[in-house]
Amino acid sequence: MSVRRLADAAIQPKSFAFTVENLDWAKGEIAKYPEGRQASAILALLWRAQEQAGGWLPQKAIEHVADLLGMAKIRALEVATFYTMFNLAPVGQFHVQLCGTTPCVLRGADKLIKLCHDTIGEPLQISGDGKLSWVEVECLGACVNAPVAQINYDYYEDLTPENFTKILADLAAGKEVKPGPQVARQFSAPSGGPTTLTDPALYAHGNGGPLHDPALRDADAKWPGEPANVREAAVPKSPVGDSSANRRS
Amino acid sequence: MLADKDRIFKNLYGLYDWGLEGARARGAWDGTKAILEKGRDWIINEVKASGLRGRGGAGFPTGLKWSFMPKQSDGRPHYLVVNADESEPGTCKDREIMRHDPHLLVEGCLIAGFAMGAHTCFIYIRGEFIREREHLQAAVDQAYAANLIGKNNVHGFDFDIIVHHGAGAYICGEETALLESLEGKKGQPRLKPPFPANVGLYGCPTTVNNVESIAVVPDIARRGAAWFAGIGRPNNTGTKLFCISGHVEKPCTVEDAMGVPLRELLDTHCGGVRGGWSNLLAVIPGGSSMPLIPAHDCERLLMDFDGTREFKSALGTAAVIVMDKSTDIIRAMARISYFYKHESCGQCTPCREGMGWMWRVLSRMAEGRAHKREIDMLMEVTTQIEGHTICAFGDGAAWPVQGLIRHFRHEIERRIDDYSANPHPEPVRVAAE
Repeated sequence: MSVRRLADAAIQPKSFAFTVENLDWAKGEIAKYPEGRQASAILALLWRAQEQAGGWLPQKAIEHVADLLGMAKIRALEVATFYTMFNLAPVGQFHVQLCGTTPCVLRGADKLIKLCHDTIGEPLQISGDGKLSWVEVECLGACVNAPVAQINYDYYEDLTPENFTKILADLAAGKEVKPGPQVARQFSAPSGGPTTLTDPALYAHGNGGPLHDPALRDADAKWPGEPANVREAAVPKSPVGDSSANRRS
Repeated sequence: MLADKDRIFKNLYGLYDWGLEGARARGAWDGTKAILEKGRDWIINEVKASGLRGRGGAGFPTGLKWSFMPKQSDGRPHYLVVNADESEPGTCKDREIMRHDPHLLVEGCLIAGFAMGAHTCFIYIRGEFIREREHLQAAVDQAYAANLIGKNNVHGFDFDIIVHHGAGAYICGEETALLESLEGKKGQPRLKPPFPANVGLYGCPTTVNNVESIAVVPDIARRGAAWFAGIGRPNNTGTKLFCISGHVEKPCTVEDAMGVPLRELLDTHCGGVRGGWSNLLAVIPGGSSMPLIPAHDCERLLMDFDGTREFKSALGTAAVIVMDKSTDIIRAMARISYFYKHESCGQCTPCREGMGWMWRVLSRMAEGRAHKREIDMLMEVTTQIEGHTICAFGDGAAWPVQGLIRHFRHEIERRIDDYSANPHPEPVRVAAE
């Protein structure tokens, strides 16, 4: 267990209420669950409250969610302090959650931890410009792409000190950074190309057409041997935008 | 090696469209209505006959688990809950299913829900998987829009899927903790019995299955139990997603037959162990909760339930963590102990207190600041934790430490000797600190 406490009273906002859009959204979430079981929506609502509050969860936000769900405040506080994705104190604009569990350490995560110490500072301290903060987290579940860091919503995989330094610098400078594997690699496939699923007969009935935006073209790829911090073209993208074009925004 | 035609996850690497059209082109949602028309018993028997064992770690036969659900509803609704809270260190297979082939899961939910008379399915996905959740939700929305699921759908069985997310707690992968979390509470496991099949989510009959277990069901129903049962060995049938991480040349996730020899798995797909096979120190065959297997046993290791048990370990989630001879094995295990210390829910004393104790002792052993008698004391403590907690978390945290002592006791002793051979100003502390 880790000890998790609410932030100091001095920095707690005096009040919190969902915006109109978020309130509508919250009502939709609550309606997903059976009558009288609205407490089930608490994780989703706290998460939205954290987004609205700028990446952390003030006490008033937790209490607001508790009121909305008709729960005792202590129950909501219990939940907010139990789950580690709720930040109980302010974090930087880009909150780096660096995985430090064994599979990542075997691939060099301890160098990245040191790098975070050196470039950002102590864990959960916000850097001087307010852009960055970091924390070592437990397994993020992307171990074949280790070492991994989650920065806000996206995973950055196959990190090295060089490409990680560049990512942090680009984020702080407001530049766009591509998530996903940072080396020549198709998601979790072995680098150099898949060893399986190569039989064209598998896709004899088509494969839904190529993606609108190929996840990784040959021309985009950097091949092993080139320095990982040199990005001459796009790194792999999430395969968003599928051919049925029916995505939720 | 498994032939490509026998693979279930044809878009494992996200090369093709993950949406409904792409999934249909690859064979998903084909003849689903005909499968449902064969009836509940046929589906359950087919899954039983296929020999499918749960892919979430414990390896419980899936068909048998489904048959525990009440045949007739007593007025309470039945629920299907899919455990997508994938957090076992080393494991990243469900992630690929949810972001690259989510329709296999959605279709599997419908078939499994129908077999158990569950009209509602909750998919509990870990909070960190935000992009994966977006894909999964989009796939569910597509299925609703195409009237494949929902009220009055084309299959004639009303079925709702709700994607629910966690917020960063490993323990919510335990099935009753998951149900608690789904009910909006702290994720602390429940005592069993009553089992979820009788009293589960909201007090109603519930079955909790892993993502991979559910996602392979449509293919089993379509291609037949005999096809699935024909892959692998008896009692260890079918295909399996293996996640190979750590010290291999090319770590990857790959689908292969159960019972594939470890060496073949590493050499075929991962370019072999870094520095050659002779550089191998040990592997953890099934996620961090499983005892490690030293290199000399790895030569003969078959990657299935019985093959790993032969070497006093278990298949778990089939997440292979490879460690070569450069690894500080004691530090690696101490870090795993820290993981369990961090993730303990704090409900049972042996686990809450024991995890921190094991981690502190192991950290000292990694430096050599320990007494040799503490090795036996540590072993004793692990047996005091194992089997004395509400859920299997205590067991899963004790086993890797036991594996370390079983196979690398000499290494711990050597380090203690090295440390005591060099004078240090600090006295060596005893274990209780």
